[in-house]
Amino acid sequence: MAESNDRVLHLAGIRKSYGSGEVESEILHGIDLTLRRGEFAALIGPSGSGKSTLLNLIGLLDRPTSGQLHIDSEDSGQLDDTGLTRLRGQRVGFVFQHHHLIPAFTAEENVAMPLLVARGRPDAEMFERAGQLLDQVGLADRKQYLANRLSGGQQQRVAIARALVTNPSLVLADEPTGNLDTHSADDVLALLREFNRRQHTTFLIVTHDPRLAARCDRIIELVDGRIVADQAVASA
Amino acid sequence: MPFEWIAAVRFLREGRMQSLLIIVGVGVGVAVIVFMSALLSGLQANLIKRTLSSQAHITLLPPEEIARPQQATDTTALRLQKQAQRLRAIDQWQTLRDRLETWPEIAAVSPVASGPAFAVRGEANKAITVVGIEPERYNRVISLAERLTVGQLRVGAGEAVIGIELAKDLGAEVGDKLRLRAADGRSDTLTITGLFDLGNKGVNARNVYVGLRTAQSLLDLVGGVSSIDLALHDLDLAEQLARRIAGETGLSADSWIKTNAQFVTALTSQRVSSNVIRFFIALSVAFGIASVLVVSVIQRGKEIGILRAMGATQAQMRRIFLLQGGIVGFFGSLLGSALAWSFLMLWQLLARNPDGTPMFVIGVEPGLVALAAGGASLVGILSALLPARRAAQLDPVVAIRG
Repeated sequence: MAESNDRVLHLAGIRKSYGSGEVESEILHGIDLTLRRGEFAALIGPSGSGKSTLLNLIGLLDRPTSGQLHIDSEDSGQLDDTGLTRLRGQRVGFVFQHHHLIPAFTAEENVAMPLLVARGRPDAEMFERAGQLLDQVGLADRKQYLANRLSGGQQQRVAIARALVTNPSLVLADEPTGNLDTHSADDVLALLREFNRRQHTTFLIVTHDPRLAARCDRIIELVDGRIVADQAVASA
Repeated sequence: MPFEWIAAVRFLREGRMQSLLIIVGVGVGVAVIVFMSALLSGLQANLIKRTLSSQAHITLLPPEEIARPQQATDTTALRLQKQAQRLRAIDQWQTLRDRLETWPEIAAVSPVASGPAFAVRGEANKAITVVGIEPERYNRVISLAERLTVGQLRVGAGEAVIGIELAKDLGAEVGDKLRLRAADGRSDTLTITGLFDLGNKGVNARNVYVGLRTAQSLLDLVGGVSSIDLALHDLDLAEQLARRIAGETGLSADSWIKTNAQFVTALTSQRVSSNVIRFFIALSVAFGIASVLVVSVIQRGKEIGILRAMGATQAQMRRIFLLQGGIVGFFGSLLGSALAWSFLMLWQLLARNPDGTPMFVIGVEPGLVALAAGGASLVGILSALLPARRAAQLDPVVAIRG
């Protein structure tokens, strides 16, 4: 039982298809996957293999056609839209490829956004937490900058701080370094690693970059909607 | 401030140009509505005031005399000659006066003895109406004292107040003598104590105000009055109240609404047409707000998707856009009220009587501004319903990828 409490993410027989009738096409053909607390996993695979679809399902942004999806042993199939939204807000953090900050808000406010959305109104504690995270990602002096006045690498670091502000069990990162130069990409990866080690947050990172994948603990390979390989990386 | 308010205000502030343009658009609409309402109510109040300056709100008269055949048989061919109405007194008018004075709707009760007579002065001989009044009571129904151009409202024994037109016709001034002669030959000589101008040429040429007793003896109505004039607290209730009084007393009761039926119809249709115009202005304001917000939902698709991914619920997204509509409406109405106020000040500066006084006094009442602000905010929220629904139903996956 102790083992099952350790499971942050558990997928069983997940299928996803779009359309219906003759034009129905299945993207994911029965995915079984478990991520444990503190894992740092890469999800790789060619374009069109279903990586993004799978990530959207895990992020509770979309519902599977069939199969079971548990986050922190909470069954997502039992939840309505509001329940999914709440579970997503509390347990899942997102880092998108294009960082996706909200330009009308400052760096600090963007980081505090998930807390603000959940609590309904601002309080000192959430900005204190946002400030600490910005310190940790090295943006202590950019807190009051509007999001669109930061460089690409800075914006991505703000996005990482935002993903971690709720202390989520699972952080999903979709090509987090895709738009960055090698130097910034290394910084970002190092940051993710640091949070993983310090807080035992589980990370699932979708990437095309073999260099990045090689620096993860586990590589899951998806081809044509099926997991074809799932192996641990020998630590360097 | 709740999250939805913060987001709504930030979104509006970020789309500065768009927000400003639509607020100005709402402002112009509200300004026209407020200006029109203030102008119309000022105009109508002024018209009513002028119309009622020489009229009671309700006049009670003895019931009409009806000719009845002495015998009604089926076999006799009968032609009824309608009879002319005589000058008659109201029964027990003192009791009635005291009773009506206790009614809360009635502001003033004034018994009047009036009838036809001739005013004679030297060669001049004019047909007039003798109006016998108790000046204090009468003045509360028709503010005669304020309307005096010369002299004072004094109608003791041997005294009369006449209109400026009659004074001109007779060549008389305050202090002059005037002889009144009734149709049956009774006559009385009176001293003119004042001249009035009630703003109505006919009334100014015809009415001669005397004391109640003077009129009673001149018109052979000893101790009686021919009508009772009433002033009300609420003008609009006149017709209702007239019917109630008629029912309770058996007298005939004419309200100003009935005696000025055409005028009242004109006022009503004026009000209806202005309501139609106001409705369409509000409608076009609503469409303006809605179209700006629809565009904004499309522009902010990605941000809506991010907020949803961050855990914002559909209800929260809906409220953010409803609030934007409400805020635009509210600030637009403030701008509009300020605009309307300046229009009105300008209008009052330009629209003046020949003597230089303002044609009539109008102002933007705080109540009207509050109503406009509330109304425009509501219109803003209503017009945001559709865009807000779209924002709430946006699929976050599609929105973020978009």
